[in-house]
Amino acid sequence: MSINPQELLRFATAGSVDDGKSTLVGRILHDTKSVLVDTLASVERASRAKGLTATDLALLTDGLRAEREQGITIDVAYRYFSTRNRSFILADTPGHVQYTRNMVTGASTAELALVLVDARHGVVEQTRRHVAIVALLGVRHIVLAVNKMDLINYDAHRFAEIEGRFSEIAAALGVTDALAIPVSALDGDNVVDRSERMPWYIGPTLLEHLEKVPVGQDPADEPMRFPVQYVIRPRSDVHHDYRAYAGKVAHGIVRVGDEVVIQPIGHRSTILAIDGLSGPLEFAVASQSVSLRLADDLDISRGDLISTAGDSAPIIQELTADICMLSDRSLGAGDRVLVQHGTRTIAARVSEVIARLDVGTLRPVEFAAPLALNDIGLVRLELSQLLPVDNYARLRRTGSFLLIDSSDGSTIAAGMSITAASELAS
Amino acid sequence: MISTPPLIQEFVEESKVALSPLSQLDVLESEAVHIMREVAGSFERPVLLFSGGKDSVVMLHLAAKAFAPAKIPFSALHVDTGHNFPEVLIYRDRCVEKYGVLLQVVLVQEYIDSGSLQERSDGTRNPLQTVPLLEAITEQRFDAVFGGGRRDEEKARAKERVFSLRDQFGQWDPKRQRPELWDLYNGRHRPGEHLRVFPLSNWTELDIWRYIAKEEIEIPSIYFAHQREVFRRSGMWLTPGAWGGPKGGEVLEKISVRYRTVGDMSCTGAVESTASAVAEVIEEVGASTITERGATRADDRLSEAAMEDRKREGYF
Repeated sequence: MSINPQELLRFATAGSVDDGKSTLVGRILHDTKSVLVDTLASVERASRAKGLTATDLALLTDGLRAEREQGITIDVAYRYFSTRNRSFILADTPGHVQYTRNMVTGASTAELALVLVDARHGVVEQTRRHVAIVALLGVRHIVLAVNKMDLINYDAHRFAEIEGRFSEIAAALGVTDALAIPVSALDGDNVVDRSERMPWYIGPTLLEHLEKVPVGQDPADEPMRFPVQYVIRPRSDVHHDYRAYAGKVAHGIVRVGDEVVIQPIGHRSTILAIDGLSGPLEFAVASQSVSLRLADDLDISRGDLISTAGDSAPIIQELTADICMLSDRSLGAGDRVLVQHGTRTIAARVSEVIARLDVGTLRPVEFAAPLALNDIGLVRLELSQLLPVDNYARLRRTGSFLLIDSSDGSTIAAGMSITAASELAS
Repeated sequence: MISTPPLIQEFVEESKVALSPLSQLDVLESEAVHIMREVAGSFERPVLLFSGGKDSVVMLHLAAKAFAPAKIPFSALHVDTGHNFPEVLIYRDRCVEKYGVLLQVVLVQEYIDSGSLQERSDGTRNPLQTVPLLEAITEQRFDAVFGGGRRDEEKARAKERVFSLRDQFGQWDPKRQRPELWDLYNGRHRPGEHLRVFPLSNWTELDIWRYIAKEEIEIPSIYFAHQREVFRRSGMWLTPGAWGGPKGGEVLEKISVRYRTVGDMSCTGAVESTASAVAEVIEEVGASTITERGATRADDRLSEAAMEDRKREGYF
């Protein structure tokens, strides 16, 4: 079955400080005619006020006072633009090492990551870090924009060299779709319009690729997952016995008549009806908000997970996971935290810090000390209740969770479950 | 899209469901409904800010769909500056009745009359909404406040989270925002703190209009072209009123205008337009070379960081 390209593509950008990322983003917005006159005028005014001779396109995305003052991007900025073929939500993330957590935020919902390098420097440590994070977060499509080709005389050999290094890293990290494109953001070569200065490059321009890349998992290949958000019970005369479970399909397809299991309790039932937002449906797919009615009268509430009966989530009490540290506070063995998974939040305890990723070698290194901000680590958590958690590499939505500080409610870390094979079998 | 012959179509449906991907509006609608249900499922006292403007109407419409066939499980709140367009207020009251929600109106005028707020020299009352809003939140212990803000509106909003934590004083601290991952929204907060929740974060102005068209949502008449007496001030067409205009040499002219945003009359400008139906508005917005707020909002022109500063103090 062929799937039409999705109408909406969410993608994230990443790059080191001087790779020209903001210029590239500005170039995409500008060349797709997504920057309106008054916005451009205000950016021009601000550039002049800073004493710059040329318009600083970075000011388009650096929206906070502190960012404009320091000339850096601190936080993720979301940008919206569209072409005739697709609409895009771009998460423009900061390049500095200390803002890695914001890159994680931007990449968590992305289906494609755009990583930048400077053609003069090629693949550097920061590139490896970005590709590693993107791979860890399960982003399946990576585009390497080899920028500033104008500064290396549009040299095909140099590009091939960088492309080769990038392919090696991507393959080592298990990225299935990786493409390198030679561009010059400054002049617009191969960004939206094809470059006449690089006739040796026969691949798509950046925008062509963004418009055509087939993204999104085919929901028919996944088991169904449906975290219950809310129970709808009108208790009115017309809908006296109506009882439906509201939520968003996290994975797969749910059809009327499907056999399902309520997790973690384990009761089975059948889908009696699916109420969509505009009326009854025969089926609903991942990312659709609907309400499900079941054939049996069961005690189901917010926090429960409705899954395909033959292929449900592993139910675990000990959770092994990769985590990205997002908070200033550290996290070590013995710490008590909250785990927010799907629509359920439960208490947990860190039983062990197992390893930490060495970003230089991209290998996990044994590590027992508490993890700190921006660390990527492997931990084991003891859960206060049984929880149905999928393997993140297989099912992103039901394999992910947050670690929360119970004292102030802040988010400590983003977690991606690695469910052991033995647990999968049980 | 290439059409598939019926026989093959049937075969495909048997092996796998032939899926056309969800449209962009479907995805945005489902995302907004998901956000609203998260709030209804995990907060004690949510409230929806409702002005009668197009974004808040779309929010109300989404809320009705999110909980149907049950009623919307929260009430609505409007901070009325006293300078609102009369057509919008009439529409507002009719709208809440239609959707079956309870509306509470807080009047900025009462705060001015009692002396707890002072009228500004420029007559603009938008910044004055912050205090009454925060008092209503504190007094009624609202813990989640839905706002119709969109990230494409303004650059400070482009940085704000869907679940945006406000401290005991209602303030937003952009440097201490929680990272927001996947669609896991962290709504934890300490007593006295609350969250502002923006279900329309990822919608653009054009998405709003296309959705209004698709769902046939009724909106206030001033969004469509009409003949109106207006005068020019700082490059904007303003409507005359007791709030302070026209003044000095400002001349009234009768022209065909419509509003792209609806707010305080003193700072909301009209745009010259002949778009009298939703389809024409969509065409006009699609072709516009000026942003929504840039064309119509005097309060955003105060400085580069005008919106960020107001948000820090507790504004929507």
